[in-house]
Amino acid sequence: MTENGYRVLVDGVALGDLLQLDEPLSLWGGLDATTGLIIDHHHPQAGESMSGRIVVMPHGRGSSSSSSVLAEALRLGNAPAGFVLGEPDAILVIGALVANRLYGTSCPIVCGPAPRGWAGMWRIEHNRVTPVSG
Amino acid sequence: MLLTEPDQAMLGGAQGMAVQMAMELIVATGEAEAAPALLDITTAHIDGCLYHGQAGLDFARTLIEAGARVRVPTTLNVSSLDLLHPELYRGSQDTAASARLLMDAYVEMGCAPSWTCAPYQLSSRPAFGEQIAWGESNAIVFANSVLGARTSRYGDFLDICCALTGRAPAVGLHTEEGRRATLQVDLDVPGHLLADDLFYPVLGHVLGRIAGSAVAALVGLDERATEDRLKALGAAAASSGAVAMFHAVGVTPEAATLLEATGGVDLANKVTIDVDDLRAARVSLGPAGGPLDAVSVGTPHFSLEEMKELARLVVGRVTRVPFYVNTSREVLTKAEREGWFAPIESYGATIVTDTCTYITPIMETSGGVVMTNSGKWAFYAPGNLGVEVAIAGLEACVDSATSGEIVLGDIW
Repeated sequence: MTENGYRVLVDGVALGDLLQLDEPLSLWGGLDATTGLIIDHHHPQAGESMSGRIVVMPHGRGSSSSSSVLAEALRLGNAPAGFVLGEPDAILVIGALVANRLYGTSCPIVCGPAPRGWAGMWRIEHNRVTPVSG
Repeated sequence: MLLTEPDQAMLGGAQGMAVQMAMELIVATGEAEAAPALLDITTAHIDGCLYHGQAGLDFARTLIEAGARVRVPTTLNVSSLDLLHPELYRGSQDTAASARLLMDAYVEMGCAPSWTCAPYQLSSRPAFGEQIAWGESNAIVFANSVLGARTSRYGDFLDICCALTGRAPAVGLHTEEGRRATLQVDLDVPGHLLADDLFYPVLGHVLGRIAGSAVAALVGLDERATEDRLKALGAAAASSGAVAMFHAVGVTPEAATLLEATGGVDLANKVTIDVDDLRAARVSLGPAGGPLDAVSVGTPHFSLEEMKELARLVVGRVTRVPFYVNTSREVLTKAEREGWFAPIESYGATIVTDTCTYITPIMETSGGVVMTNSGKWAFYAPGNLGVEVAIAGLEACVDSATSGEIVLGDIW
């Protein structure tokens, strides 16, 4: 983390169990918005739930439709609580922004190093990403 | 971000609520990408017309109620429905009705009902150097790499915002610097592979895994990398990775030499792709033998050249399994005029327009093994459709369909 914290791509506050993705995931073809489960058969974490998690991803992958899938998952309440990305991804950003406008949902997205050292719950708070112990 | 006076006027609502909302979203996204300013775009291609649930429809309706109207020529991507062959649709009528409303909404905003994922095959396509805002990952990588037009990876929603304002964040692949290769990929493969259709989607699959979102300079391709083969390569790389542009040195328009592709820099970041990498990728994409349940080709949409080639391959033969050909209505019309549709129809193939077999319920097969010539189809279909995939070149697809068994030599 830099002195100024993480770069805020979509501002907000979120709390959730960490989901460190071993590989990037295209949400379209990768996330079932109706269940929150990872459905990409090629993905090492296929079958895991993204719902309510702080998802850590090095960068985005694949389809332009991932913004629609994120917005739909947010509408249905099955989306990640927030994202920590290694590099900015406009496709996820626009999905989170549009769902916020349409439904008032929150899904903060920050850019910076992957959280380490604690596999449990983490909090995104504006430009800070911190572990929540016990 | 530095906004021009007209930008600020749009942001302030001077041109109506739809333009204002679009501009707010462009600025917010542009700031996330650290764009210093916006730039003018000449065309847009909208991915958001494919139905993924209520959210997409809610957004389109919100825009229409706010008076949305595109201000640059705008084409539409595939949707969930084949309007020319509606009888092919096997999904729920509720979903079909919503999907249709979404399609109508984008047409109402002034978009052209092109319904294709390959807008670069349409009679009007962007020229070298044009700034455009395109959605659809395969169209993005093709426009940047093969046409030399300039687009970022636009997601659903942002694509229409750019079309409504004619503006886009001046960042990434829109800029000279953002288009330079940062990764050198040397091909260490026997020359005969470059003459094989299957080589390109498999190479693309490997490239996407290696490059992620980086712009790679591929060294080792030659003039045998036709537009259709580069289409297959790019579509696969944009699926397995986040590839939005690649250079093929000596082939693509911004890479006459390796140094042109890198902006004069000798890259330290180098990898080699060899035959073992390709063989492993092909194996990971599906079986090389056994019974076959269906074939699907044309992801991205079949070009006129591919129609011609398929017509030649199928003459006097009949498929034993369902055989789907995805294409655009424009290419289909041209193929009919050329006389290439008749042999394909006699072969027993089903032509699918406006949509594609891996995004909507069209195929009769549920489960089983489906052969495709597309790395993109191979990547997504197992998750979307629950089928197993075998990947092969077009000729092997036809041979396999005709015999009802996977016929695939080890070309590597």
